[in-house]
Amino acid sequence: MSVRADWTRGHEAILYQSCRSCRAAQYFCRAFCAVCGGDVTESRASGEGRVYATTLVCRAATAETRVHVPYNIVLVDVSEGFRMMAHGEKDLAIGDEVMARFEPFAGRIVPYFVRR
Amino acid sequence: MSYITGVGLTPFGRHEGASSLDLMSRAAELALADAGLARGEIDGVLCGYSTVSPHIMLATVFAEHFGIQPSYAHAVQVGGATSLAMAMLAHHLVGAGVVRHMLVVSGENRLTGQSRDAAIQALAQVGHPDYEVPLGPTIPAYYGLVASRYMHEHGVTEEDLAELAVLMRTHALAHPGAQFREPITVADVMASKPVALPLKLLDCCPVSDGGAAFIVSREPTGNLRIGVRGCAQAHTHQHVTSAPALSELGAEIAVARAKAIAGLDIADVRYAAVYDSFTITLAMLLEDLGLAKRGEAAARARSGHFGRDGEMPLNTHGGLLSYGHCGVGGAMAHLVETHLQMTERAGARQVRDASIALLHGDGGVLSSHVSMFLERVR
Repeated sequence: MSVRADWTRGHEAILYQSCRSCRAAQYFCRAFCAVCGGDVTESRASGEGRVYATTLVCRAATAETRVHVPYNIVLVDVSEGFRMMAHGEKDLAIGDEVMARFEPFAGRIVPYFVRR
Repeated sequence: MSYITGVGLTPFGRHEGASSLDLMSRAAELALADAGLARGEIDGVLCGYSTVSPHIMLATVFAEHFGIQPSYAHAVQVGGATSLAMAMLAHHLVGAGVVRHMLVVSGENRLTGQSRDAAIQALAQVGHPDYEVPLGPTIPAYYGLVASRYMHEHGVTEEDLAELAVLMRTHALAHPGAQFREPITVADVMASKPVALPLKLLDCCPVSDGGAAFIVSREPTGNLRIGVRGCAQAHTHQHVTSAPALSELGAEIAVARAKAIAGLDIADVRYAAVYDSFTITLAMLLEDLGLAKRGEAAARARSGHFGRDGEMPLNTHGGLLSYGHCGVGGAMAHLVETHLQMTERAGARQVRDASIALLHGDGGVLSSHVSMFLERVR
């Protein structure tokens, strides 16, 4: 399997996998489709999506994350058909149409959704 | 059938200087005394885990420490569902004739054995190491996400959730072992420090020291005849990012299986013991289990339905939210209290009728579920 060049490895990209057989999309990278076990291909997501859930973190547990408090953690349903966890603007509401960019957080970059 | 023949529970809160093994041992001693069994009669041990003292063989570490040589022993790890998962495994092993008296035990000095930051950070690791943990979530944040969505879909408010914190605190006032014994109001919950909004400090269970134990036996060891009528599990996902729709969560699946196995319905239940790591957890599980209609758990709590004298007494010891949460032992306290109620030994907290009880545990982020029916056998 290729080394994924996405935000989890410091690259400004959101990658996902699609099944060659059943077409299911999955976000957590693995060697097979979690629905049918088929082969998967990797693609880059557009970054467009809709907010599914939000929580404003006001109590962090490490020195590195505490300097960012409060920060908004969101679940976003991405237009390519998978759900992902990310950061977002503090006033995002469920249902908002959003677009991903990237922001520094605790010594790395993380996807950060803003209203589009 | 198998029988819960003895229970033991320490107070929860601060146990300065006590190790996880100390707390496990205290609880085990109490359970043995309750069952009227000697150490040498215990031939099986199941235990949970300790985040303070992780060990790859905790059950045998405990067995050696406690001074027993069981013929069957290992640890079980299913997060908050561990207590009932162990009860279920014990039930089946006892039923299969593998073990005669299974000691199920857990204890942890989770409060005084580490910093609160360390406790929060250790638990946050149930998140995905690559796709979630780098975002700085905490367990309250995972449940905060779930809460925001549940409130959005079902019109539940923060004040509604606060009712459940108030209910658990009201119950804890009557238990001398509870960690928190000062009354609180909905306004207190609303004014408490924000943790992971919409969840505030009083929506969250505390970090506690404590220990709990029970014994599952093939036959009753005395006059207490509390039988395991049926139990079942469901595991739908691990990470909240991969959770199914709210309408497809595992509690409904697990309880449906348990009802079929037990031949019981919710209408038969007289006492409920439901996992309550956060107010949202309790609200959702009550509704998923059918103990309240969708979006109506708070209204039922407000009306006294879940009170000691209500139609469906719930977590009369104060639950995780107010009795406390020492890890695996936290939800074992729910089973201990259920046993005391079913055997009419709950003193000032005694309910009118606890002849049939429904217990439910949840691990991860509503990931792993165990439902169990207990009945008083005549």
